[in-house]
Amino acid sequence: MNNSTLIKQGLKRRYRKEQAFRVLGLTSVCIALLFLVILLLDISSKALPAFIQTQIELTVDLSSEQLGLNKDSSNDEIRQADFRAVIRAALLKRFPAVTNRQDKRSLYSLVSTGAEYQLLDLVLADKSLLNQTSTFMLVADDDVDALIKGAIDRRLPESDRRVKNQKLNWIEALESDGAVHSTFNWQFLTSGDSREPELAGIKGALMGSFYTLFMTLLMSFPVAVASAIYLEEFAPKNRLIDLIEININNLAAVPSIVYGLLGLAVFINLFGMPRSAPVVGAVVLSLMTLPTIIIASRSAIKAVPPSLREAALGVGASKMQTVFHHVLPAALPGMLTGTIIGMAQALGETAPLLMIGMVAFIVDIPQSIIDPATVLPIQVYLWADSPERGFLEKTSAAILVLLVFLIVMNALAIYLRKKFEKKW
Amino acid sequence: MSLITLIFLLLVLAMFTYFIGKQKIYAQYQAQPKSPGRRILTLPKYFGYVAAMWSLFPALLVWMLIELIEAPLINHQITNYLASQQIEVGENLSLYLNEIKNIEASHLADIEPIKQAIYHRYTQLNTLANNSKNVIVMAIALLMSIYILKRIKVDTAARKIFEKIIELILLMAASIAIMTTIGIVLSVLFESVRFFGEVPVMQFMFGLEWSPQTAIRADQVGSSAAFGAVPLFLGTLLISFIALLVAVPLGLFSAIYLSEYASVKFRTVAKPILEILAGIPTVVYGFFAALTVAPFIRNLGESIGLSVASESALAAGLVMGIMIIPFVSSLADDVLSAVPKTMREGSLGLGATQSETITKVLLPAALPGIVGGVLLAASRAIGETMIVVMAAGLAANLTVNPLAAVTTVTVQIVTLLTGDQEFDSAKTLAAFALGLMLFLTTLVLNMIALYVVRKYREQYE
Repeated sequence: MNNSTLIKQGLKRRYRKEQAFRVLGLTSVCIALLFLVILLLDISSKALPAFIQTQIELTVDLSSEQLGLNKDSSNDEIRQADFRAVIRAALLKRFPAVTNRQDKRSLYSLVSTGAEYQLLDLVLADKSLLNQTSTFMLVADDDVDALIKGAIDRRLPESDRRVKNQKLNWIEALESDGAVHSTFNWQFLTSGDSREPELAGIKGALMGSFYTLFMTLLMSFPVAVASAIYLEEFAPKNRLIDLIEININNLAAVPSIVYGLLGLAVFINLFGMPRSAPVVGAVVLSLMTLPTIIIASRSAIKAVPPSLREAALGVGASKMQTVFHHVLPAALPGMLTGTIIGMAQALGETAPLLMIGMVAFIVDIPQSIIDPATVLPIQVYLWADSPERGFLEKTSAAILVLLVFLIVMNALAIYLRKKFEKKW
Repeated sequence: MSLITLIFLLLVLAMFTYFIGKQKIYAQYQAQPKSPGRRILTLPKYFGYVAAMWSLFPALLVWMLIELIEAPLINHQITNYLASQQIEVGENLSLYLNEIKNIEASHLADIEPIKQAIYHRYTQLNTLANNSKNVIVMAIALLMSIYILKRIKVDTAARKIFEKIIELILLMAASIAIMTTIGIVLSVLFESVRFFGEVPVMQFMFGLEWSPQTAIRADQVGSSAAFGAVPLFLGTLLISFIALLVAVPLGLFSAIYLSEYASVKFRTVAKPILEILAGIPTVVYGFFAALTVAPFIRNLGESIGLSVASESALAAGLVMGIMIIPFVSSLADDVLSAVPKTMREGSLGLGATQSETITKVLLPAALPGIVGGVLLAASRAIGETMIVVMAAGLAANLTVNPLAAVTTVTVQIVTLLTGDQEFDSAKTLAAFALGLMLFLTTLVLNMIALYVVRKYREQYE
């Protein structure tokens, strides 16, 4: 038996091995992609119901006997009026059979506790509603909402069901009247946080994220670009520069929570900056994203061909003029791409902001960079911790909004790179 | 005068100085006799820039210095005032001062007279400090403007000075990296030293029990806090190990497939999609781990008769592993493509199949780089916070059972520092000691990894 027959005998086995190896590789890629698909599907399927709000149509009597108001009442008087009572009266009128105290309380909980403020806002906007009886669409309680959306199964035995038979009967009576409506949940996008799942919205967190990110950009971009220019164009070869380079590489890999500790110990406790404020969050996030942007900016500067510099120097420009008039504009698109990626990273960051107290429950929508605020990822964290079932869908919806922003930012980065990419 | 007015005034002054400076140089130049010897060293605007910088920067520097010493100075004055009035504030002085500072003028009438008096003293001092600050800063800016406008002449090398200043500013920006590192080290070190003053280092490093809750009453059960961090270290290692067990094979094989086998088309589509995994915020993974993966694993375990904790290490580790797949795969991709083509071609030329080339030639050659990549991934896993905060437990169990609940260093840092905290207790200081351990561990891992990867690269360059 010569060598070539020996090789031929082994060949089949080797090809099989080759095939298996290849399949193994493909499987791992597919598993990774599958995880991504499962993650996205799982979250979007949980999120979608949050964009629908259940409202109950009620005929509310806003007469002066009920509210003590008339068309000439001032806004302050209107604000002090008892709208809760008129809503309760309307519910009792709709279900006159309810008499005992406990049942009444259960009946009142059909509509959300926020309904009275909703009604108040409507009246403030249009005073002609006073002194007459009109129908209003009032936000339903989260249990009713869950039941309508099918999250609570009506066929379960009463003992296992969150909504008991009595309440279920009322809801079904309202449904058969056509008084239960499902509309797009604008409130989710336009209101701040709340303890009640049906009233909670992400606008506060969105504004907090906006202020934080804006300040982060303002602080990190100039500093990062300046460092990148210095390190690439001006830095002499010495110990200090080596130290800076090592530091930048290491900072890129420091866990984000350590930056939070830095923020807490230095900016809040030492410098006495306000807790929970976007500006402190921005300082911490800037320090955290600096290495990312510096590294990206440096490679953008490196990609600018030396001929450009030499031409500028050749016609008598100084080093500084060469860099600021010629190299920087050519490298700017690459720097911007790196910056957007850094900002996307900052937008999704949670842990360091937990450390500096941006984790508080904040109802008011922040108006400036020093108002207490929270950001989108922290809103997700807070809601994920809430025991109420209604917050589950809110959490997923907030995640979806966060992901949409991230996708937009990354798409913008890719677009910029493609559009301004130059082959020198 | 508010902050914004001060900034505005400074800027106006700087602009004014710019124009005057420019004008002065221009006039000097014009005044020279029109002969070939008439000269100016650079464009007039550079004289203006230099003048404006002289007007602006010293004032800003002094302003910053004043801001730094202002708060401690006022606190000191208030403390002196308290002592002179013989007001007892009890143990917590800083808390008391904070309370005074947070008094709102509109509610002043409702507050006890002593506090009112202190509040008045405080506002008085504050106004004084503010006014003197404004005056000092403006005076310096003005003096500097006058000085520089007198000094600059047509034969000043204005552009050179300007460029030197700009270069200095660039250097300062670059040094922020060093300042950050120093800040991190000092902030965790300082608090850690205080912590180790209360709890011996040995007890922290080798103690087997972790229960940081200090009881409010002395006779309560478990009133003495225990700060033995071994369960945390073990929990962190367990979860990171599970994560690496998922991420390393999947990431490595993905990298091999994408760089060696996949068609260009598949690669250009699959690679960015894979990178999305690294771009998803960790809080999203945490939510996914806590609400989808953990219940799934628990149900699966119960259906085959295993008891699984609802916050099992397995769920957190698994999801963390998914998160770092692209991290491993892109690093592996880098090192694989750094292996010289000649080695690959030599192996193929000898008749080896592609998989044989990969396993027998490429991987051994790329091994140091891959090890470096795995170390980087490990440091990422150890420092990961949100996934474990949301999906891992809080109880410090000393176990390596992946189905049990364990806690990690990062989880404890977050739980110790969020919510109400008194800053001086051992409980909050412990968080900084844990932070120090975390920082040192990841730093060492990164140093080793970067060193290994660099050595590996140099080998083939």
